[in-house]
Amino acid sequence: MTEETFEPKIVAFLCNWCSYRAADLAGTARIKYQPNIRMIRVMCSGRVDPDFVLKALALGADGVMIAGCHPGECHYLEQNYKAMRRFSMLKHALRQFGVEDERVRLQWASAAEGVQLAAAINDMIDKVRALGPLNWPAKWSENGRVEAAIERIPEEHAEAMEVPA
Amino acid sequence: MSEKVGVYICHCGSNIAGVVDVEGVAEWAGENLENVTVARDYQFMCSSLGQELIEDDIKNEGLTRVVVAACSPHLHEKTFRRACSNAGLNPYLCQMTSIREQVSWVVEDKAAATEKAKAMISGAVRRVQLQEELQPTEVPVNQHTLVVGGGIAGIQAALELADAGYPVYLVEREPSIGGHMAQFDKTFPTLDCAACILTPKMSDVGAHSNITLLTYSEVEEMSGYVGNFDVRIKKKARYVDEEACTGCGICIEKCPKKVVDDVFEVGMGLRKSIYRPFPQAVPNFPVIDTESCTYFERGKCKACEIFCPTKAIDFEQQDTYLDVTVGNVILATGYDLFDVKRMPQYGHGRLANVFTSLEFERMCNASGPTDGKVVLRDGVTEPKSVAIVHCVGSRDENYNTYCSSICCMSALKFGHLVMEKTGAEVHSCYIDIRTTQKGYEEFYNRLLAEGMHFIRGKVAEVTDAARTEEEEGKLIVQVEDTLLGIQRRIPVDMVILMAALEPRADAREVGLKFGISCSMEGWFTERHPKLDPVATMTDGVFIAGVSQGPKDIPATVAQGAAAAARVGGMVSIGMVEIEPVVATIHEEHCSGCRICNTLCPFNAIEFLPDKGVSFINSVLCKGCGTCVAACPAQAISGAHFSNGQILAELEGLLYDVYSGNGTQTAQVESEAIPA
Repeated sequence: MTEETFEPKIVAFLCNWCSYRAADLAGTARIKYQPNIRMIRVMCSGRVDPDFVLKALALGADGVMIAGCHPGECHYLEQNYKAMRRFSMLKHALRQFGVEDERVRLQWASAAEGVQLAAAINDMIDKVRALGPLNWPAKWSENGRVEAAIERIPEEHAEAMEVPA
Repeated sequence: MSEKVGVYICHCGSNIAGVVDVEGVAEWAGENLENVTVARDYQFMCSSLGQELIEDDIKNEGLTRVVVAACSPHLHEKTFRRACSNAGLNPYLCQMTSIREQVSWVVEDKAAATEKAKAMISGAVRRVQLQEELQPTEVPVNQHTLVVGGGIAGIQAALELADAGYPVYLVEREPSIGGHMAQFDKTFPTLDCAACILTPKMSDVGAHSNITLLTYSEVEEMSGYVGNFDVRIKKKARYVDEEACTGCGICIEKCPKKVVDDVFEVGMGLRKSIYRPFPQAVPNFPVIDTESCTYFERGKCKACEIFCPTKAIDFEQQDTYLDVTVGNVILATGYDLFDVKRMPQYGHGRLANVFTSLEFERMCNASGPTDGKVVLRDGVTEPKSVAIVHCVGSRDENYNTYCSSICCMSALKFGHLVMEKTGAEVHSCYIDIRTTQKGYEEFYNRLLAEGMHFIRGKVAEVTDAARTEEEEGKLIVQVEDTLLGIQRRIPVDMVILMAALEPRADAREVGLKFGISCSMEGWFTERHPKLDPVATMTDGVFIAGVSQGPKDIPATVAQGAAAAARVGGMVSIGMVEIEPVVATIHEEHCSGCRICNTLCPFNAIEFLPDKGVSFINSVLCKGCGTCVAACPAQAISGAHFSNGQILAELEGLLYDVYSGNGTQTAQVESEAIPA
């Protein structure tokens, strides 16, 4: 497939209360955005385990968006702050894997921000399209390094925290 | 045993079918997706016929899982869960995917829309097979209700519930109930006196056998969950024995110490050290202000004690704590007035005759500091001209961007009162006049007819620096008249600043105490801005009045009553269902690291020291799943949003990535993804 026709696949994790409702609103208002994004509903952006993002990339997604309520407006009071902290750690790790910053995005979208969410989605799709395919499965699965690494994450984490896996 | 999945694709008239090839998708799902035994498309799945389709297939085909691809689950998830339940399938074995809001309404290209719909259905089909049967838990609802705030919203809520026969604790921070409304003189647009309509309600509250009135009290802490909240209320020492006091007021008369009343009289008048905020206070027991009381300052005086005929004064009284259990809470904590000193260009505090709206209310009030006379700060001179400055701290990017909603009408009311009482000229400097409720526009027309001057423009400055002889000794209001397109300097004797309504300074703290959130501005957040304006995201905690956002008295009363109706419903049924979407800790995997303990803002996770593991109270858990994502040992599972379910959905959503994209030749076997 050539660069011109490359259509990225992006996975988005949307929190049930703000961002999923923003997506509902974008729909109700018939705001068009590119079809390259596929959404998963979670109760809170705080539910998004960094593993999910890595899995999505390992399964062939070219980018991942995590969308939640604005800081201070979380349905669960402050769990989006926890998403934010995890996100910065994850970003740090992904940078070391050589994954460009534009491929993972944390987006705040309140239930009233259908337009903003649609614009953010379009912006992200355009940026990822410009970057080209991430192609993790093809790049890494020959020697199985990524998958093996991802499999090891819980154990390594547990080891680092000195708790049984 | 493999599951039998039924897939139902809704046309939604032409809403979905006009863009997505629904027949094609149904056929594709039936042929290509694993374990799909039935795949149908139908005109309107949410219709009773559509629901019957699902029910019949569950019964006849023995479906064990259902996927409905239609609108947003926020719209019809309950509908389809009910249909499953009717046919004997656990409602949590049904999954919706939104191919309307997320596909047909937002994607223009038909082929791309159809592809996206396929991916979403594929995700839902994989996910649903891992979903588990869940049962909501039922807990009893305690009959008592806690109402926090004794303004008109809290009073209305308390009375509605008490009249319905349910017991209420009404907690008020100040010595008397009444709130801001008790400070007002007249109410717009009918100009009936605030006290005349409020005080009967206040005495009803004081006398009601179902209301336990706790004034001069504050909620210290709250724990528990809907139906069963444990609340600790601090009763501040009044130094007056409520049992013995008859409210005769001799102590107030005899007290030798006078201080400025910064609360009720907003600095306009004096009160004694032992006082009640206003004559009609409910309850009418006085309070000793220890800051200014001579006895507390110097250890002698006790005039009040000497003259009290019932020996009700008790200088040894201490703060006491009352622990109560309630089923529901209504927060009606009201507002603070914008501090106009933040806008020094308007001169409040520096220029004597600049008043705030609340100061002017007190001035107009017949029982207020000037006995209802509209006079300058000297207490005798009547103003000959008055300027009213609108939007002080509202609709201003430097302070608050929102509209305070009541100030236009208050300004019209003030204009009327000034003209009626003094015959002075009144200039109103506004951005827009907003008169949106019943009778409001008529009141505006009345003021136009009465000769109030309206100048469209935001006031730049209020100054006493005269430029002409005519301006000498006056306050000069500098304003651009945007309708005439000229700068004007209006010399007046008195300026009234229509200060914004702001969230209580401690609103966020209070919100945290009761487990509810605030908007960016600091107003309490309702569950839904249109369809659920008095409930909050925390079950059993309701909000009413201005604490939710600026509003006038009729809207405040309506919200108070609405919150009471919501609580009344819960109390009369007596049981409440709690969503089973909660997290659980598997003891055998928990290492007791306690990482999760501090992550929960609802204090649902506690550490059991004897077992050395953490434990989640499922009634307190709101199901956000943050702890699930954080557990290093994966010892916490989140019902309905388990790692397995989310990863399966992810896998389904990306089903086409490897085969569909030429560069990505490698296959990721589904077995490589552990559930």
